[in-house]
Amino acid sequence: MSTNGSLNVLTAKDFANDLDVRWCPGCGDYSILAQMKKVLPEIGISKEKIVFVSGIGCSSRFPYYLSTYGFHTIHGRAPAIATGLKLANPDLSVWVITGDGDGLSIGGNHLMHAIRRNVNLNIILFNNRIYGLTKGQYSPTSRVGHKTKSTPYGSLDRPISPLTLAVAAEATFVARTADRNVDHMQQVLKRAAMHKGVSFVEVYQDCVVFNKGAFDYSVDKGVRDETTVHLEHGKPLIFGAKRDKGIRLRGHEPEVVNLSEVKEDDLLFHDEKCPDTVLAHILSRMSQPGLPEPMGVLRDIEEPAYEEQVIGQVNDTIARYGAGDLNKLYMSADTWTVK
Amino acid sequence: MSATTPQASPDSKPSIFEERDSVIVRFAGDSGDGMQLVGGQFTNTSAIFGNDVSTFPDFPAEIRAPAGTPAGVSGFQIHFSSHDIKTPGDDLDALVAMNPAALRQNLRSLRKGGILIVNSDSFGKNDLRKANYEVSPLDNDSLNEYKLVKVPMTTLNRDAVGQSGLSTRAADRCRNFFALGILYWLYDRSLDPTIQWIDDKFAKIADVAEANKRALKSGYYYGETAELLQSRYRIKPATDITPGVYRQIMGNQAVAYGLVTAAKLAGKDVFYASYPITPASDILHELAKLKNFGVRTFQAEDEIAAVGAAVGAAFGGAVAVTGTSGPGIALKSEAIGLAVMTELPLLIINVQRGGPSTGLPTKTEQADLLQVMFGRNGESPVPIVAAAYPSDCFTMIQESLRIAIEYMTPVIFLSDAYIANGAEPWRVPDFNTLPKIAVNHPKDAASDGTGGDGFMPYRRNDKLARPWAIPGTAGFEHRIGGLEKENVTGNVSYDPVNHERMVQTRQAKVDGIANSIPEQVVEGPQSGDILLVSWGGTYGAVSTACAEARAKGLSVAHAHLRYLNPFPKNLGDVLKRFKKVLVPELNLGQLWLLLRGKYLVDAKKYNKVQGMPFLVTELVAEIEKLAKE
Repeated sequence: MSTNGSLNVLTAKDFANDLDVRWCPGCGDYSILAQMKKVLPEIGISKEKIVFVSGIGCSSRFPYYLSTYGFHTIHGRAPAIATGLKLANPDLSVWVITGDGDGLSIGGNHLMHAIRRNVNLNIILFNNRIYGLTKGQYSPTSRVGHKTKSTPYGSLDRPISPLTLAVAAEATFVARTADRNVDHMQQVLKRAAMHKGVSFVEVYQDCVVFNKGAFDYSVDKGVRDETTVHLEHGKPLIFGAKRDKGIRLRGHEPEVVNLSEVKEDDLLFHDEKCPDTVLAHILSRMSQPGLPEPMGVLRDIEEPAYEEQVIGQVNDTIARYGAGDLNKLYMSADTWTVK
Repeated sequence: MSATTPQASPDSKPSIFEERDSVIVRFAGDSGDGMQLVGGQFTNTSAIFGNDVSTFPDFPAEIRAPAGTPAGVSGFQIHFSSHDIKTPGDDLDALVAMNPAALRQNLRSLRKGGILIVNSDSFGKNDLRKANYEVSPLDNDSLNEYKLVKVPMTTLNRDAVGQSGLSTRAADRCRNFFALGILYWLYDRSLDPTIQWIDDKFAKIADVAEANKRALKSGYYYGETAELLQSRYRIKPATDITPGVYRQIMGNQAVAYGLVTAAKLAGKDVFYASYPITPASDILHELAKLKNFGVRTFQAEDEIAAVGAAVGAAFGGAVAVTGTSGPGIALKSEAIGLAVMTELPLLIINVQRGGPSTGLPTKTEQADLLQVMFGRNGESPVPIVAAAYPSDCFTMIQESLRIAIEYMTPVIFLSDAYIANGAEPWRVPDFNTLPKIAVNHPKDAASDGTGGDGFMPYRRNDKLARPWAIPGTAGFEHRIGGLEKENVTGNVSYDPVNHERMVQTRQAKVDGIANSIPEQVVEGPQSGDILLVSWGGTYGAVSTACAEARAKGLSVAHAHLRYLNPFPKNLGDVLKRFKKVLVPELNLGQLWLLLRGKYLVDAKKYNKVQGMPFLVTELVAEIEKLAKE
């Protein structure tokens, strides 16, 4: 059993339990689970204070495979349930595990509101651009034209970008990583855990059964340097296997330029601390084909966490009026005595 | 201030007073006329005087329906009495109608010979047209059966308030106090409580305070000087009331106070998550004011988020509550099912209103019983408790929390628009005498032997309740969720036999609550010809009707249910002791269906679905009819 005293000796094993993991062989979820187990011992929070809350879907089975507290809830509602848990007990480190269907379709509203309130949650959205658990229907992030069981002639729905949604709701921490990019994922998860306020992380995750290879273009070693750009705070956006390309802003439009023709100083410099959301929005819209897709932290700003403010208001009221006295409350109206 | 207090007025002529046991009055006007406000003042003044009181506010769903039209009429009925009363009364002794629309909508409630006070200034052509009167009812003989008192309130009020420097429009806003003054004169009430209220309320706007006080006093003096009616009425303080200190309370307020009380009795704080909905919003408003009692309120983005947050807070160890009305319950159903599966203590408050769909948002109904009983997927038993009258909300919400924690289950608490908005005197309790609610969170693995690898989240006690181990407690880390649980371990299980066992266990747990609730009490004869069985806000009307029927020599008893799931253990026996059973409900027969299904009793039903409470007279008539069959 892990306690505060033995915190420094916890390892990934301490966060495993003895249940069989039941994702399909080769599923990207395994990698996310593995990276999470590696990160949890390193965030300085004892195991009993960590809670994983999930909705419904393949990704949402996640809490069952950890040895922390966990709550596998109902479809789309994990952000709301996690908000209540955090308000009841702000000392907990609460992680929300969701997917593109759970978080963006049935639970889109709750996701948006948890983000805009800046509840101190770590929301990890596994994006596989498909409904896996219901066996292969298109999702809100599926590309136009995607042929699935429910779209045999191709999807007509325009997809939503999870990052754009998070930025629009003014998430104070927004990042993207990918299942096969294990070191990167660990760094991003760690930063999400350290951020005070809501952290939103999109993870490109391969569904090997219903949408195999959906992210090959962005994670395969042979091509990923050309199709993604790694964001570094204060640094220009440079990418390419030979780091020979950069992103420059032309008006509001990002464009790819060749570094042999354009000076570094003229490139778009990343500023994750920018209070305004315009830059993060532009980054969140960059996608293939045409533009490299950003990986890493798009935005990381400081704002008061919601639950601290809620508790703060309670404490302020107590300081101002004194702790409530129920007998006085009962008498807080005109009274009369019957003899 | 030019006026003096009425009691000291040197011009006072000796009035003729008639004694009355009880009186029913109603203020009716446009929804912007402040009828609810003066109704509340009249209630408070009467209660302080020592009368028993019962009120019925009745208002439209629209905030400002077109002025002067029947759709915008707002009314406030007060029954005040020198003895114990349980309803706001049937027929009015006096009606104040501030315009023709109010007259049209309310005249049918005024008894023949009753006092009708109208603002004659508002019976102009336009006013009449908006209320669909071709000719003014004040000018023909259509109101001959009533004691009609025409008062040019607008003019008189402007004259009275004029000197306070308010605009005409602002002055007209004081008319409600002028009308209140007339009724205070008519029923010999003191102006002091209302003057005190005005001084407090408008402490920072002296001219408005002054204007309202002038309006109030002018109404009073006008009654006196103009000798509006030949006699005035006195209603002595009630004498058959349990001694104690009293105040006035409304149902929603009683829920809020009861919740804070229950949480303290459990050594916890309230977490209340809600989405605004009529007629439940006042619970949220009231609790939001009580933050210095540790209350955390959360106005969620929707009904689902509200119940979701409450489920999360329950997992986190809070006194977790969500409140709504029928449409909100529909949205919350799935999350209530999650609380059933995860066996978490959660309170769900349903302040019922007219349905289906948006229905009648501001009107009362009790048609959600089957919804809360059965409206979830799967076998999903949830205990149901219902308050009987406004102050009963205080008691029964505490009882709801006791059941939720003791049995680790969501509990549904039913109220309705009638008791939520109705006011009555409440004997103020002493917090220190209220029963504590025991809470046991497993904390120490070594001492209770359930921690570490040995902790089994679905190991049950003798009440079949599972342990409430909360996140943050080392050694009790566990996972719960909506998938079927393996008995004892709580691990996910698809085993067919286990599923059936768990379904049976959850049902047995809820059924077992019957062992912890009081046996059903019967008012009146303990066996005999007729038993009326009611639940919820109809208590006052049914109880009064039964008493009247007994006074007429009939053998009629009354069983009012506060526990609807499970029923009290002796209910089946109670039903068998009477030849006939009548179930009056403000729906099409929902409790009736449950009673027939469970007890195979040939109960009769009596139903009304008008968004209005029962009248005592109609219930008495139904009892008499049944007695003759």
